[in-house]
Amino acid sequence: MDLDFISRSFVRLMSALPLTLAVWFLSVVLGALIAAGVTWLRVSGVKPFELFARAYVLVFRGTPLLIQLFIVYYGLASLPAVRASFVWPVLRDAFNCAVLSLALCTAAYQAEIFRGALLAVPPGQVEAARACGMSGLLLFRRAIFPIAMRHALPPYSTEMISMVKATALVSLVTLWDVMSVALKIRNDTLVTYLPLILAGAIYFVVNYAIGAGFLALERRLTPHLRSRPA
Amino acid sequence: MPDLAIFGFGPGGWGLALLEGAAMTLLVSACGLLVGAAIGGLVAWARLSGRRLAGAVGEAYAALFRGLPELLIVYFVYFGTSTLLTETAALIGHEGFIGVPAFAAGALAVGVISGAYQAEVYRAAFLAIARGELEAAVSVGMNRALMARRIILPQVLRFALPGLGNLWQVALKDSSLISVTGLTELMRVSQVGAGSTHRPFAFYLGGAVLYLVMTVITTRIFDVAEARATRGMRRAAA
Repeated sequence: MDLDFISRSFVRLMSALPLTLAVWFLSVVLGALIAAGVTWLRVSGVKPFELFARAYVLVFRGTPLLIQLFIVYYGLASLPAVRASFVWPVLRDAFNCAVLSLALCTAAYQAEIFRGALLAVPPGQVEAARACGMSGLLLFRRAIFPIAMRHALPPYSTEMISMVKATALVSLVTLWDVMSVALKIRNDTLVTYLPLILAGAIYFVVNYAIGAGFLALERRLTPHLRSRPA
Repeated sequence: MPDLAIFGFGPGGWGLALLEGAAMTLLVSACGLLVGAAIGGLVAWARLSGRRLAGAVGEAYAALFRGLPELLIVYFVYFGTSTLLTETAALIGHEGFIGVPAFAAGALAVGVISGAYQAEVYRAAFLAIARGELEAAVSVGMNRALMARRIILPQVLRFALPGLGNLWQVALKDSSLISVTGLTELMRVSQVGAGSTHRPFAFYLGGAVLYLVMTVITTRIFDVAEARATRGMRRAAA
């Protein structure tokens, strides 16, 4: 096991990191937008909307991401109706399919996080804001959002890390992410452990950085909860 | 999808194969959960032991396997155990490659992942036991084994049930990754069916429906078990 091989493998794996991070970032952002919509339906108070949001969360959390990804990438592409429609230029590309299906899945988890955070806002705060004459967007921006966001941060950071791990699945739909490069090196060289260990180290460092980033953000946003210096 | 005959049970129908795949998924997930219980129990014990070194090892295990992609762990366990077995066999004079059965490797992989999360569930469950109960057990002269059997284990299992229910769902979904090793569980059967009939949309959708049915039913079972296990407990704000 020579150093030269290790460094060459490491460089090859790192060259695939941008794709992994791009899939992660785009799907998380798109997922947050979808989740905001699903949460809004869920707390809208309108029965059919609420049922739809519940069903969305149940379906996307109750089935494996891998089969969702395959439905989008292999399944939709096999339907003549999809091939003839205007979405085909988007769905013919594996990258778009990967981002879309990861986003749809994380949206279900994020919607539950958002809902939990909304429920944790004390009613008194909302009543006080209303008593001051706030309503609608102003009420949300000044009272609900700041409190709910702080509640959402810890589970949100867990979900972000899960999504980094989930991006490894895109190696199964022909994308060259860190996972598939590691498998390619293993295939070419028949070295079993090293490529997978190096890839694991990269994923671990990325996850650690994300976790530390969220922790720092949480600390910055909750100075009032810290104990006073003695 | 007008033609549902492909999901039938007659000749050319994939109904039986899909149900067998679903049974295999349940079996491998359940074995994975059990392996995870053994690993998780050990890790929780190490972290609660109060010994520095054991605690650090337990913590490192949980941090490591929660920070790695599940798919990478599946590959690592599958390729890794086969290589290990082949090399060990070579030492005692056996020539050639030995593959670990996909089922064993799959259950081990799911267990390794699940164990990292189960450790946290068991640790929290142990810490939820009222201190006075442990002191009372000691004061009536129970030794450690008796105390574990009569006081600790029943309560740890009770407090751990909700967390275990979640982890069962996770294990069930993670088991779909084992399809990359060729084990004919539900995901793999869906892939084979999709390939040989050229109907990927129908097969993956059908597979997803079966997964959903399995998660909904088994979650319900865990809910019932939880209600039974906590029937003697007071509820806050009933």
